[in-house]
Amino acid sequence: MALATGLRAAERTAFETVRHGLRLSPEFRRGLGGTLALAVLATLGKVIVPIAVQQVIDRGLRGGTPDVSFIRNAIGLCALAVVLTALCGYLMNVRLYRSTESGLATLRGKGFRHVHDLSVLTQNTERRGALVSRVTGDVDQISTFMQWGGLMVIIAFGQLLVATVLMAIYSWQLTLLVWACFLPLVVALPRFQRLVAGAYTRVRERAGDVLAAVSESVVGSAVIRAYGSEDRTAARIDTAVNAQRKAQIRAQRIVGFTFPITELVASVAIAGVVLLGVELGMTGSITAGRLIAFLFLITLFISPLQTATEVLNEAQNAIAGWRRILGVLDTPADVADPAHGATLPRGPISVEFEGVGFAYPGGAPVLHDVSVDIPPRTRVAVVGETGSGKTTFAKLLTRLMDPTSGRILVDGVDLRSVRFASLRERIVMVPQDGFLFDSSLAENIRFGLPSATDDHIRLALTELGLADWLDGLPAGLETPVGQRGESLSAGERQLVALARAYLADPDLLLLDEATSAVDPATEVRLARALDGVTRGRTAVSIAHRLSTAQAADEVLVFQHGRIVQRGPHAVLVEEPGVYADLYASWTAGTHSS
Amino acid sequence: MVQGLRVIGVAIRAEPRVFTAAVLSSALYGVTTVGSSWALGWATDHVVLPSFRQGRAGTGTLVVAALLIVGVAVLKAAGVMGRRILAGVMQYRMQARSRRAVTRQYLRLPLAWHHRHPTGQLLSNANSDAEAAWAPLAPLPMAVGVIVMLVTAAGAILLVDPVLALVGFLIFPAIAVLNLIYQRKLSPLAMRAQQLRAEVSEVAHESFDGALVVKTLGREDAEAARFQARADELRDANVLVGRVRGLFDPLLEALPTLGVLAVLLVGSLRLEAHDIAAGDLIQVAYLFTLLAFPIRALGWVLAELPRSVVGWTRVQQVLDATGSMEYGTAALDGPIDGPAKLEVDDVAYGYDPEAPVLSDVSFTVAPGRTVAVVGPTGAGKSTLTQLLARLIDPDRGAVRIDGTDLREVAKGGVSASVALVPQQTFLFDDTVRGNITLGLAVPDETVWAALRLAQADGFVSALPSGLDTRVGERGATLSGGQRQRIALARALVRRPRLLILDDATSSVDPQVEKRILYGLRDGSADSTVIVVAYRMATIALADEVVYLEHGVVAGHGTHERLLARCEGYRNLVTAYEREEAERAALDTDADEEVVA
Repeated sequence: MALATGLRAAERTAFETVRHGLRLSPEFRRGLGGTLALAVLATLGKVIVPIAVQQVIDRGLRGGTPDVSFIRNAIGLCALAVVLTALCGYLMNVRLYRSTESGLATLRGKGFRHVHDLSVLTQNTERRGALVSRVTGDVDQISTFMQWGGLMVIIAFGQLLVATVLMAIYSWQLTLLVWACFLPLVVALPRFQRLVAGAYTRVRERAGDVLAAVSESVVGSAVIRAYGSEDRTAARIDTAVNAQRKAQIRAQRIVGFTFPITELVASVAIAGVVLLGVELGMTGSITAGRLIAFLFLITLFISPLQTATEVLNEAQNAIAGWRRILGVLDTPADVADPAHGATLPRGPISVEFEGVGFAYPGGAPVLHDVSVDIPPRTRVAVVGETGSGKTTFAKLLTRLMDPTSGRILVDGVDLRSVRFASLRERIVMVPQDGFLFDSSLAENIRFGLPSATDDHIRLALTELGLADWLDGLPAGLETPVGQRGESLSAGERQLVALARAYLADPDLLLLDEATSAVDPATEVRLARALDGVTRGRTAVSIAHRLSTAQAADEVLVFQHGRIVQRGPHAVLVEEPGVYADLYASWTAGTHSS
Repeated sequence: MVQGLRVIGVAIRAEPRVFTAAVLSSALYGVTTVGSSWALGWATDHVVLPSFRQGRAGTGTLVVAALLIVGVAVLKAAGVMGRRILAGVMQYRMQARSRRAVTRQYLRLPLAWHHRHPTGQLLSNANSDAEAAWAPLAPLPMAVGVIVMLVTAAGAILLVDPVLALVGFLIFPAIAVLNLIYQRKLSPLAMRAQQLRAEVSEVAHESFDGALVVKTLGREDAEAARFQARADELRDANVLVGRVRGLFDPLLEALPTLGVLAVLLVGSLRLEAHDIAAGDLIQVAYLFTLLAFPIRALGWVLAELPRSVVGWTRVQQVLDATGSMEYGTAALDGPIDGPAKLEVDDVAYGYDPEAPVLSDVSFTVAPGRTVAVVGPTGAGKSTLTQLLARLIDPDRGAVRIDGTDLREVAKGGVSASVALVPQQTFLFDDTVRGNITLGLAVPDETVWAALRLAQADGFVSALPSGLDTRVGERGATLSGGQRQRIALARALVRRPRLLILDDATSSVDPQVEKRILYGLRDGSADSTVIVVAYRMATIALADEVVYLEHGVVAGHGTHERLLARCEGYRNLVTAYEREEAERAALDTDADEEVVA
């Protein structure tokens, strides 16, 4: 199931991934040529010192006494070059930061928007945390690579190239020697990198275990205390923390061993250059200054090779991050806004289900051949046991999912050809879990109608019979609701969700067990208010308490994904069948005697 | 700064041996770095230049020079290796230490403390704060090594030539000062970017969590705009960081290069005056190129310090938190296995002292009785259950079991006799068995018996590995009703003498719930039972009812008695019936109108 609806795992090579990623954010390529040109100029700054050393020794100090005016001119020229290349470095950095950050901000925005375009099916098969990482951590990884790693790659290549060219000019024999020393290291790099990457992967896994163990101790604090299992929990945490420490130290050890090897190789190269260089010098094929310049040039090999494993790591992470974001963007929005969709005129809505069936991808059908029509201004209650298909029915009606067979018509128009903007305006669902955003009560209710004033909101609450409740809140409409609305009780959250939908003023209101968490007295009060507000509209209520069904014009009884009974409460309750049984068990559960 | 050094001091005292070894390795690295330039200078003066001048090379000195260069490099590599590995050992040990201490404290501190601190904060205290606190330990030995390196270098250059040394004394302090300015400028900008990164993540989290609401109200575009605004702010902050980096990085690289050029110029003049040899010049120039990068390590430590102090302070706040539960020495008297007698004596409790949740709550429950606690949302029912299980202590009054105040009971005594099944089910990422026994040594038959009583034996035996099936994080692989039944079995397996159910079967189907409650009442649990409930069916099974309203006991007695005498109770439990009756009356009126 996860395979069918999950995010697409893009089958791309690293190169294709990067190319595709760059295409998505044109900002990356804007002015890239200039930035690269500046990078090349900035890299030239690295060889100024070796050249200066060579010139001073070979020409300035040639006659035994220094040629001071030559040295002064040469040094002055070099200093000027240093300042210019530093300036190039500055300009290159600024351009690089600006273009990459702009590109990444665009990428974030595109990814975020697309996640909201995905259907509830896809959203639910992915862990929410994973979706969040797509637009946060994954993008950050690309950013780190582009600004640090990517730059390093350019500079490292430039540095190696410029150094090698200069070396080759001075002496091809010594250049071969230096490369012969460093080549094994270059060849071994990917192996090192795999080793290091593997060690860091383990560290991340262990860190995840620690986070899970610690969060159990915090979230489960009540249970841990109630059962006196503090010691057991502490032992679990210790195991995780110690495993993480071991993994970290192991990774550190690998890096600690591989890092200084470059310096050792460099020293061998230097010693070799001194030995061979002096021999060559005897035959006159190299000057002393060039030989000593070589020693300076060798140091330019050290830092690119030392950072190479890290850069390769970053590059891999960045490509993986890119691949994951592209995976999100490649996943088609399976419930899509039609290109030239119809706009429904305002007014009470009629709904028609024609032989509608639904199965979750890879799963058995949960709704079979449902045909029903709901005339305008009808109030319908949907009842049935858990798993009978009620919520699926609601999700299809609001087009959170599309049916796998049959079709749904609103005002005679196929739901799939109605513009989203029009659909969401006309049909509003109040889900069971009234999710609230971390802001004020007013802001949360206004989510239903962004243009509403505080007076509108107050009026809406009054019409719902919730004025008393509002007055009882410490800061009234400005009361902060906390993260996910957790400062309010579950029942209060449902009240806000209801007010939010009511304010949106839809023509069809769909309530999915929207008042299941409030106490009976409040629920009855609310039911009465809803009775008023749904008058004149089409309303569908998924009911967990049969009092809702009693008040409805028509009841749809679901069982095993089919509508098995329909009709008004008064009629159904007299027929032997599913509804009569449900009603009997409900009455027994709610009546005082 | 001073505080930052204090934090480092704490780490040094905690791991003196590792620290000493790391610093010694690093000092070796510092000295050998200078040594490698000296070796090169020596080779220049004694091998390279004489050979070129004389036109012949002495094999002996050549070999000595090569060995010298490689030998110094081996020592340097050993220093680097020791420094890096030991710095890591120290840093990670300290992090692990802090994490263990913080989580121990979480387990020790009372639930009331947990209520005051948001989950997110506690998680970051144990994770990112513990990490940030010890972050400067990684570059610390390197920094010490660099100081050794600088002192050695200063000595070496002074030995070569005081005038060249003067150049060094101008250049290196300039680098250090520039670096300091760099970190000063960068750290507030970097902190702001970090803050914005967290905000971007929060918006995404919230928006995706509320995806259903966003979708059903058609607010995708508005949400995308909200997110983009934050993402753009983050972009601008990062570009600002980039500007500072972009300016200082090339500057910090240019400065030592200019230093080397200065050395070449000044050195040539000194050569002219025959004050130094050419090899000396090479040695100093090479030293400058080697020193340029490590000197920046000093800046890294300084850059990490403010973050470290913040992290350490947060960790310390947790460790310094007081108000842990005190335990007495008493054992709970009464029959070893029989049901408990419960007394709640004039109890008051408030999360906020100004607005008590419970006040003057008194009632007594005789052993073996089943009592329903009923009341409107927010009446204080869940708080009461936590007091009964001593998850929190009352501000006033006492809770007594078999006559003993819970505060006087020895540690572990209360949880051995009392089992609370809270409203929010919590399962560990463990097996079904592990979740039920929580490490208690009980035979599988007992576990199965508890599962039977909780009506959970059916689905558990159908799980792929039965009792050994892992339930996933928070029990994610099970349905809400299944999770609740596992949690119930967890309580029952302990054969509690007082069983408290806080709306603990709300997700279980009504028929199954009924069987559970019948089972409990039939005495197979042999407990006194307190059950918080809304459903009439649950209330009907109770021997008596305690009705809570606005934090006080507004009625206590049998269901029938309360129904007759207590208006609030009547209103609450008969809400549906009255509604039905009213509707019936309305319908009758309507019918009559039609007839008329």
